Amino acid sequence: MDSYGDLIAADDVLLFVNAAITSTGQREFHSDAGEQRLSLDFLHAYMLGNYRDLYAGVLALDINDHNAVLVIRRLLETAGEATADQRRSEGRLIAGRLATLPPQRVYGLFDALRRARVNNRRSRAIMRDWLSARPDAAFDAVKYRGGLKRALRHAHLAPATEELGAFVFAPLTRKHYETPLLETWRRAHYEQAALYELPYTAAEGFAAKHGIPRKVFLERIAPRMTRLEALRLRDSAHRAGATGIPADLARMPLTRLATYVLSLPVEDRLRRRAELTHALGSAAGRVAGPHRGSWGKVTAVLDDSFSTFGSVHKRRRPLAVALACHHLLAVLAGDYTGLWTSGRTDALLTRPYGPTPLGRRILDALDTAPSRLVIVSDGWDNAPPGLAGEVLRVFRTRLDPERRTSVVHLNPVYDAADFDVRRLSPTVPTAGVRDAEDLPALVELAQFAEGRTGLAELITYMDTRATRMLDATHQERAR
Amino acid sequence: MTTLDLTGLTTRPSQIWGGVRLVPLVRDEPVVDLRLNPRLYDDTVGLVEVGPRQAYISYVPHGFVATWTGDGTPAAAYGTQLSADADPAPTATMGLRIHRRMARRQAKDRLRFLPMHLALEGYLALHFGGPSIAWEEWSQRAIRQGLSPRVEEAYAGAEARGLAEALRVFEIHPGQCGVMVYVSDALAAAFVVPHPDDYRALHSSLLQDLYGELIHHYALLMPPVQDFRARIPDAEIRSLAQLRTAAAEQERAWAQFHDTTMATELLEQEYTWQSVHRMGRFTLSRFLPQFRPKQGNHIGEAITDDRGRITYLKTFRLSESQVRRGHLLSRLAANDWHLADTAAELGLSDDQLGLRLDSAGFGFLLRQDILDGYRKQRRT
Repeated sequence: MDSYGDLIAADDVLLFVNAAITSTGQREFHSDAGEQRLSLDFLHAYMLGNYRDLYAGVLALDINDHNAVLVIRRLLETAGEATADQRRSEGRLIAGRLATLPPQRVYGLFDALRRARVNNRRSRAIMRDWLSARPDAAFDAVKYRGGLKRALRHAHLAPATEELGAFVFAPLTRKHYETPLLETWRRAHYEQAALYELPYTAAEGFAAKHGIPRKVFLERIAPRMTRLEALRLRDSAHRAGATGIPADLARMPLTRLATYVLSLPVEDRLRRRAELTHALGSAAGRVAGPHRGSWGKVTAVLDDSFSTFGSVHKRRRPLAVALACHHLLAVLAGDYTGLWTSGRTDALLTRPYGPTPLGRRILDALDTAPSRLVIVSDGWDNAPPGLAGEVLRVFRTRLDPERRTSVVHLNPVYDAADFDVRRLSPTVPTAGVRDAEDLPALVELAQFAEGRTGLAELITYMDTRATRMLDATHQERAR
Repeated sequence: MTTLDLTGLTTRPSQIWGGVRLVPLVRDEPVVDLRLNPRLYDDTVGLVEVGPRQAYISYVPHGFVATWTGDGTPAAAYGTQLSADADPAPTATMGLRIHRRMARRQAKDRLRFLPMHLALEGYLALHFGGPSIAWEEWSQRAIRQGLSPRVEEAYAGAEARGLAEALRVFEIHPGQCGVMVYVSDALAAAFVVPHPDDYRALHSSLLQDLYGELIHHYALLMPPVQDFRARIPDAEIRSLAQLRTAAAEQERAWAQFHDTTMATELLEQEYTWQSVHRMGRFTLSRFLPQFRPKQGNHIGEAITDDRGRITYLKTFRLSESQVRRGHLLSRLAANDWHLADTAAELGLSDDQLGLRLDSAGFGFLLRQDILDGYRKQRRT
């Protein structure tokens, strides 16, 4: 039997995990960026002050990059308060997480440490290890020149080669570089053809400098774009008249792809129905992997009310998560039914519109007698308010006390005022979700939120995840 | 016809934000032969798609600013208007002299409204003409010019705290043709249009609308209102079908509670109607309440169809002092503006009524020597 304090600790950790998964400090439908940041800042300070070990352990879970950076930063800022054991385990977790973060985020973090005047030995060691593990120093020097320069200077590190040092700190003093990429960069100042061998972001500046028309530039730089750059620029390139940008939709991550689909006008979606459906299906299939078809009879209630528009910062994010979950669940389940709150039956044409009659849709979903009911919604149940919670409560207490049907609510939106994602009912576990790809792990995590498992199990779970993350990093290193 | 007849409009669950409660009204069947003037749709490019239409009558809400005039200067519709042409300009407009720089700043693709004080003065001037019989107590000015110029104060919706946010996060129902705005559960305004597309185009215009001082103060000072959350008594429920029935019952109970309790001050009051214009099967009228002091009183404009059902409605909640003034004026009007008769009806002496008129801001209506006589009587 857990003590009262343990139960509170488990509760706090889950609350923080939900917040760290969903909130990105950006504007949401119901709250602005300032409220989100203020609320999130409080949670971080609270967790760090009370549960330092668990706070670090959260790095191994599926929290979003924004929060991972905040956690690492706070841990490094307060390194003096940690015991030797804590430092060792924190160091491993931080290194493991940094390895999976996108490089621009990491350089951003190093910059934040510099601005906060954090320059302890641990921070410098972490920066040194991360930089030395980068696969191509020259590439980083070209693409993230400012970030790399400030990181090197702040951590008192010597650049990998003497030439790289010159490139970073006094680039135009040399007439020639031995490293091909650095030499290309030098030539791109004077020769238009050279810039097409640079990474897209670096080349964009040179294109402006040389006054190259957007259409020509986009067509020729296309092979150097990353996957997401190609996806992002595909339609604006079409508008500019460039047609040669191949964005292989089938290779895109599921939630990104859903966002892209929702950004298209309805006519385009109809015209490209086969292509888009296939891309979504294959992305979902990749995520499901060996679990394909293993979830039995699943019914999902998916929110496409007006509030799923999100905000101008996170355009249609909640709806995109719902659409991605729809496709992923269709692959995971043996027998799948997806019900949109608006009553729409064609998932591809979904758009944020209308109120949220969640209660009625949940009733429809329960009519199909599923073994698993998944609700993807921001929890603003308003037609009528509170009906979803009542339906779930009565169903749990009166109609299905043996739990033949497992119910889980996934919420893509952090509610800044409540320091948590909005819940539908205390009888149903609620977990935050950012990427539909994490859905299997989140359903696993949500069982803790039901209050039936205690702190000890939660810690074991987090340790398992930490080991899994560190193993993955080691394998990566070994390769 | 004396009360407002909202048949055909169904009340749906309210949505709250802070102190503001918005109650959507959904039309089972949209009215297709009365539509917002297409010129106003032209102004809202990209907001609403206008399909090909059959013959219909169009309306322009009161206070709408658009380029009605031939020379391209903005003008405001003076009073809601009906017209039968496909693309007509309203006959009664009020020219606006807008500073050159201001006019440039106005976005082309937005609906605009008349500056609010103008619109409200317009309302009151439309309702009150001044003494109809020239009893000797009334001043020359009252007889020649009536109550104009009347200056009334009201607040634009943008000044009511939380209203902008409430309108932004409101989720419009499919088929929604109207809304009732409550601030701290005091009914601020009711707004009904014939067609969901019209509502979609005009939803944000509620923010540019005007509200009384009570609403402004409530929005500023009162705590957030509570949701009426659904509650299902679980003892009786044995099956999903029963649960479904109980859920439907919750929705019905809310609609009934709203219509018979929250909206009574608007829906169950008797109004004095003045028919303004009749076209086809539609009648445009303005209505005045009974001016019951210390209760909610609403004035407004409505378009009704041949069965007396509301197709267009816009109301304004009067403030307490406006109700008092309206009460005095309506009593005076009922007694043909005869002071002694009115005083007798109200159970006052002549001088008491005279001073009440004065303190209500109507001193200028009485001849100066008469008013001075009343004051002297009072002192002795």
